[in-house]
Amino acid sequence: MSTAPHQHRLAVGIDLGTTNSLVASVRNGISVVLNDEHGRAMLPSVVRYFADGSAIVGDAAQALQSEDPANTIVSVKRFMGRGLSDVGDISQLPYLFAGEGQGMVQLRTVAGVRSPVEISAEILKVLRIRAEASLGGDLVGAVITVPAYFDDAQRQATKDAAKLAGINVLRLLNEPTAAAIAYGLDNASEGVYAVYDLGGGTFDISILRLSRGVFEVLAANGDSALGGDDFDQRIYCWILEKNQLSALNPKDTRLLLTMARAAKEQLTEHDEARITAVLSSGEVVDNVLTLAEFESMSKNLIQRTLQPLRRALRDAKLSVDDVKGVVMVGGATRMPQVQRAVGEFFGQTPLTNLDPDKVVALGAAIQANLLAGNQGGDDWLLLDVIPLSLGLETVGGLVEKIIPRNSTIPTARAQEFTTYKDGQTAMSLHVVQGERELVADCRSLAKFELRGIPPMVAGAARIRVTFQVDADGLLSVMAREMSSGVEAAIEVKPSYGLSDAEIARMLQDSTQHAKDDMQARALREQQTEANQLIDAVRHALDLDGELLDQSQRAQIDAQIDALADALSSQDHMVIKRAITALNEATVSFAQLRMDKSVKRALAGKNISDLEIKQ
Amino acid sequence: MLDAAANHFQLFGLAQSFRLDTLQLEQSFRALQAEVHPDKSAHLSETEQRLAMQRSTLVNEAYQTLKSPIRRARYLLALNGVDTQEETNTAMPVDFLMSQMEWREAVVDAQRLRDVVALDNLESRMKQDTRELEELLADKIDADHDHEGAALLVRKLRFMEKLAEEIGSAYDEIDN
Repeated sequence: MSTAPHQHRLAVGIDLGTTNSLVASVRNGISVVLNDEHGRAMLPSVVRYFADGSAIVGDAAQALQSEDPANTIVSVKRFMGRGLSDVGDISQLPYLFAGEGQGMVQLRTVAGVRSPVEISAEILKVLRIRAEASLGGDLVGAVITVPAYFDDAQRQATKDAAKLAGINVLRLLNEPTAAAIAYGLDNASEGVYAVYDLGGGTFDISILRLSRGVFEVLAANGDSALGGDDFDQRIYCWILEKNQLSALNPKDTRLLLTMARAAKEQLTEHDEARITAVLSSGEVVDNVLTLAEFESMSKNLIQRTLQPLRRALRDAKLSVDDVKGVVMVGGATRMPQVQRAVGEFFGQTPLTNLDPDKVVALGAAIQANLLAGNQGGDDWLLLDVIPLSLGLETVGGLVEKIIPRNSTIPTARAQEFTTYKDGQTAMSLHVVQGERELVADCRSLAKFELRGIPPMVAGAARIRVTFQVDADGLLSVMAREMSSGVEAAIEVKPSYGLSDAEIARMLQDSTQHAKDDMQARALREQQTEANQLIDAVRHALDLDGELLDQSQRAQIDAQIDALADALSSQDHMVIKRAITALNEATVSFAQLRMDKSVKRALAGKNISDLEIKQ
Repeated sequence: MLDAAANHFQLFGLAQSFRLDTLQLEQSFRALQAEVHPDKSAHLSETEQRLAMQRSTLVNEAYQTLKSPIRRARYLLALNGVDTQEETNTAMPVDFLMSQMEWREAVVDAQRLRDVVALDNLESRMKQDTRELEELLADKIDADHDHEGAALLVRKLRFMEKLAEEIGSAYDEIDN
């Protein structure tokens, strides 16, 4: 019934990009991008909805995007975890927006209202199915990449999308860090590296120190609303101006944006690009754009990437001279003016030997293989950071920072607050993210209330607020009144996030026509999890069983047997309960094991110290 | 052993002093994270993942505390039952306060004139002064065991830390 302990577990890395998405996996020790049945690696991140509720994703949706622009969603990543006020000028976009501007943006399509999370899940689903077909089995999980500069709301939205697509998220991994893994492990590099990642819609800069198998991110910075799309937009505006066009319909807008992108791509290899199009009015557009013109109109976009570079270096307490190599990531770094500007900034030629479109997915796959437990002894350590400070609103709309940006994750920090009125029994907490001093200038992540504080004089209560950021860079917040022990805890899933209930509803909606399917899937998931857990516990018992006394051992064995019995049930809840029981039975064992391994780590170090001193 | 009772120095197998071997701190930190980081248990049970997160958080916290001189001093003094009184004790030698005011004005001027060279100079002088204070602090704690004197130096370093923050935001403002 159970699988062998060291069976290869199927895990993938997914680069969920603004313009294109990819899935990769480690096969026979080498990370490879998984192609579709036509041999195409990149899946355009384009989703088209139809009136019957169905959707198509990728090239087919992209090829005809100017046909039905309102129902063909491109660059949905820009909307993840974002409200209407963040999106900018919505009149420039061909979509119909739903809702009152509260929470994450919602798009009204012929198939109904869709959130960016649902739209992204459509893309992820296609990649999951591609991977399962290509690898020949169910996935244990996936590493999904996100821009390093994504805030909590954007990260949470990405994780929700993966959940909705039926993917177990092993880790959210920062895109530049994924690229560094692909590069670093390939070249056995040592020293400080900068990763300049200009994607379709996001810009990241990460400064990392690579040293004997440790990837330590020193600082990350960026702009989560700046990318190749903006260069297209510049060309588009130039076309409008050249031809004195105004107020185009969505179809023509989409057509010209597509032509603008083609011109941009042409200009990476040529000195000029011809742009021709026939608008729906019959009007003909026919212009020649020179590289010099393009460079001058996009100059300040490139300038906008240099400011985060300076900040990241300053945060890392390093200068340009300390940087040993610069890695270029993202399709937009193919533009010659970008390579030149980055080269001039760092005083060295940037590295481009890995395909900038694929390197993130390749690195994510390598990390997924490690996290799934396939790597064996030859592994490495990744120490990443949160990009933006986390804090609480205090008096006067000011932000009190609790966790500063560029803190290594996982991390936790507690701060004590007090009541300001006599007899105050509740305290509301407003969690924000950002660098500015005023709450109004930061991103609001969540508001919650601690109730049931015993009435005391003002200033007597001690309310301890703990922020915990996990290895995915996701925040949870807990508040506790210290004298009474009254507690309030939230996962920060907030103004822009989705509740678990909402996700459950979406899951149900998306499988309405296939309820049995969903049941079967839930059952299969629990069976897989149960088998994995039994393997893991048995493996741990083989290694460290001697840490347990007889009764502890008997208890765990009993729960393993109970779970093995539960596996024959057709009710996934029965299996789930048995999984929880086994998990609970192994808490203290896990603790003992970790203490042992820590002791081993320190013991090893002490021995080497002695050698140095002698 | 990684138990809650161990202090940060014990955690990394280091002697409890202000001066420390930063290379050894770094190596111990990496060795410990290699054992407890959540990436090592991503394929294991939820219990083990949660535990790993807690352990790894503790190791990160301890490392950050010992790596930063001001935090290390604060921590050492706390272990000795001394509160640095950074929020409550405002008594400060007049000449120190005067020089702080001059610093602030110079930063504001450099920002207003968008003078990056002046800001660079201020920053390197600020770093030099900070290093000198840290040297004094090391002697006060490790050699003289003068904890009250050390607490005053920590309060001075807190001023320097705020100054560093102001220089940082001046750079940002010039950049904008």
